[in-house]
Amino acid sequence: MRSKRKVLLYILLFLLTLLLLSPMYFLLEGSFMSKGELTKNLSAVLKGGQGFASWSLFPTDLSAHSYEKLLIFSPTFYVMFWNSMKLEFVILLGQLLIAVPAAWGFARLKIPFKNVLFTTYIVLMLMPFQVTMLSNYLTLDKMHLINTQASIILPNVFSTFPVFTMYRFFGQISDSTIEAAQIDGANRFQIFMKIGLPLGYTGIAAAMVIGFLEYWNLIEQPLAFLTDKALWPLSLFLPNIGLDQAGVAFASSIIVLIPSFLVFLAGQDYLEQGIAAMTSKE
Amino acid sequence: MKFIDKQQSKNLLFILPSLLGVCIFVLIPSVDVIRRSFVDAKTHHFAGLQNFVTIFHNHAFLVAAGNTLKFIAVCIPTLMIISLAIALLLTSGIKGGPFFKSAYLFPMAIPVASIALMWRVTFEDHGLLNGILSSLHLGTHDWMHSGFAFWIVVGSYVWKYIGYNVVLWMAGLLAIPKSYYEAAWVDGAGKLKCFFYITLPNMKSMVFIVTILAVLNSFKSFREVYMVAGNYPNQSIYMLQHIFNNWYRELSLDKLSAAAVVFAIVILIFVMLLQKFWASESLKGDL
Repeated sequence: MRSKRKVLLYILLFLLTLLLLSPMYFLLEGSFMSKGELTKNLSAVLKGGQGFASWSLFPTDLSAHSYEKLLIFSPTFYVMFWNSMKLEFVILLGQLLIAVPAAWGFARLKIPFKNVLFTTYIVLMLMPFQVTMLSNYLTLDKMHLINTQASIILPNVFSTFPVFTMYRFFGQISDSTIEAAQIDGANRFQIFMKIGLPLGYTGIAAAMVIGFLEYWNLIEQPLAFLTDKALWPLSLFLPNIGLDQAGVAFASSIIVLIPSFLVFLAGQDYLEQGIAAMTSKE
Repeated sequence: MKFIDKQQSKNLLFILPSLLGVCIFVLIPSVDVIRRSFVDAKTHHFAGLQNFVTIFHNHAFLVAAGNTLKFIAVCIPTLMIISLAIALLLTSGIKGGPFFKSAYLFPMAIPVASIALMWRVTFEDHGLLNGILSSLHLGTHDWMHSGFAFWIVVGSYVWKYIGYNVVLWMAGLLAIPKSYYEAAWVDGAGKLKCFFYITLPNMKSMVFIVTILAVLNSFKSFREVYMVAGNYPNQSIYMLQHIFNNWYRELSLDKLSAAAVVFAIVILIFVMLLQKFWASESLKGDL
């Protein structure tokens, strides 16, 4: 009886896995379909004609044509790829320098005013981009940063979200550990470097993984602040090519997915531990 | 202890760079937005609460606010309950937990633009779903241009963040000492009793963080909606972000400012309520 239930449980969990991963397979399959098959399958959606789109579980006509077209004949793809990489690198580096110490500071600070300050950070973190878009624009315009990559980088470097996620991590380090180091004569900066960073680095890594996925998908900010398309990130490549080039759309989906997949694989343990630590009690 | 208290405030130095940036990019400009919310955009005269009265009589604003509230009210309990159920299964001592956890987390890595692409192919008038339905002689439906669009957004939100929430819940579940359950077993408590009297009360402090993150992520669903349907989607998925976006493009800065102020106040009240009722004692104490 018990084992029967267990088998049922596994089937359920496995079906859920299939359901959650099927979109991924759909993209992968589409990217390897020949132009003819893809057009045949999707013409109803593409051209608004009669009938309906169709799809098969396996492609009948395998082809790397879409990849060839994307990787050899779309120079803008590379420009946008490197734009994205640059944005990622600079934003995450900036967050390491700004948000990590801030999270540490919040975890160690015990003054009455801190409550107000931290609540402000949470509220700011919850504000959708559109709500702060106006004030953002006015500031960036005054600084003459509109239509430069700095207009994307700077507001994100000062995002309060990583501070919130890392705060919990640093909060777990007990006060007695800190006091012991103080008695040994370590100063505040040394304590941060020698105790905070080593003990909190899973939390930092988790924040970086989540950050990477977030900034890999920038949509609204570049649309609002970058008029020069040469500065656009990769996340705006696919929305701009339209369904008439469905093959390229599928292939670019897969290529764009690869970096976030790799970061995800490399950082998954940190991500889990990082998420986990946020919820554990101090 | 006095010594430590005095030194404590020096930790503010670590926060300063971040605080400075937040002030420059968000807080100080917000003061300007608050000012604008009380000023008439055309005459530049003080307008009292007129802008606020205007937005609360604006049909589009009310629809958008209603949709956003409904979206949060539907999405978050759905996501939380489903992911809690999965987390309970995965922590009940079955094998392969790590595999399932990874698989469930994976949708988070799929680019937003690709999700939008799949929506279009699947749910458009001539899309895959209607193809399947018509081949079964079930009749077709214009999914993206009807109230059903709302449920597509809900579904893709749950799909995307389910793994994230499973991991959150699992962490909470595994942190509950086993001895609590053993003691309850000895006293003859069943599984259900254990869940309601041990599991749930011990997870209380977690609900604060899970809810905050779920709300944060729910606002991000706008991206997919925007990419598929642009500035004017079906009315059922016309969200607050749309109206902010549209007022920004139309340069209705007085309405935009008033709405931003209202939005910020609502979020502030929401966060404070959550803190009051759900945050753990330790969080309340030093937060």
